[in-house]
Amino acid sequence: MRVRLNGEATEVERGTTVGMLVDRTVPDRARVAVERNGAIVPRAEYDRSPVVEGDDLEIVTLVGGG
Amino acid sequence: MQPLRVRDFAFESRLFLGSGRYPDPATMLRAWEASGTRCVTVALRRVDLKREREEKNLLDLIDRKRYTILPNTAGCFTAEDALRTARLARELGLGDLVKLEVIADEETLLPDAAATCEATRQLAREGFAVFAYTNDDPVAARKLEEAGAAAVMPLGAPIGSGMGILNPTNLRIILARARVPILVDAGVGTASDVAVAMELGADGVLLNTGVALAQDPVSMARAMGLACEAGRLAWLAGRMPRREFAAPSSPREGRIGS
Repeated sequence: MRVRLNGEATEVERGTTVGMLVDRTVPDRARVAVERNGAIVPRAEYDRSPVVEGDDLEIVTLVGGG
Repeated sequence: MQPLRVRDFAFESRLFLGSGRYPDPATMLRAWEASGTRCVTVALRRVDLKREREEKNLLDLIDRKRYTILPNTAGCFTAEDALRTARLARELGLGDLVKLEVIADEETLLPDAAATCEATRQLAREGFAVFAYTNDDPVAARKLEEAGAAAVMPLGAPIGSGMGILNPTNLRIILARARVPILVDAGVGTASDVAVAMELGADGVLLNTGVALAQDPVSMARAMGLACEAGRLAWLAGRMPRREFAAPSSPREGRIGS
């Protein structure tokens, strides 16, 4: 099924959780925060949050800035 | 020197430094150390889906025992995007601090006062300690304070311009009326700009590019730290009144030949 991940159309398997998506994207969950369809997904809920068709997901981290 | 208190946070240095545009991470860390800063700003961005696995994450570089992290909402052009960014920063475990920037346009990077006010009100309601970046406008500063900002951060000059304190008169008015800490943010090019801001009575100064793009960022960071302390001491000491004409510091009486 199709979702948007960080603005890019991405194909994910049915049954994918937010946790699985984060794990395949970054090495450490503690370095990122996740938003789905405009709402925060708390880290504790990653593994029980299924990704559904058409979801708009943002995975962000810290970068340098002023 | 007395620490700077903003809401329930205390900062042992009144100099806040950014983490952007340094030649490399090692130089950045040495610059922070040399400046004496205890609070550093960071930005939030999408994870690069292709590169993240190789890069060292900024969170791994920052000694959280020494530095408070102040996440910014840089690059947000709407109140809504700024709110989302602040909430993501909190979810990253950075606490309730946020440096709120809602920018009006890409060319000037000047703040959108109305949108900043709206976002401040909402974030304050959600428990954030909002450090609100704004113009050097006494009315905007007052409104942000009323909206619940924990600190107001008027610009010295546009972001990244290095032009120093362009409107000391407005800054003086902002400072005279403020009931929350005022930190001068943006436009600082060199150490004397920091000293000027602090001598005017600013509670602190936040800067990034002035250090990061100096030819020797570590030395410039030290200079900024010293200037911050010098300016603060001068403000506390209370400067002599200005006068138009000269006044000799040696006695007029008893000169030879008189």
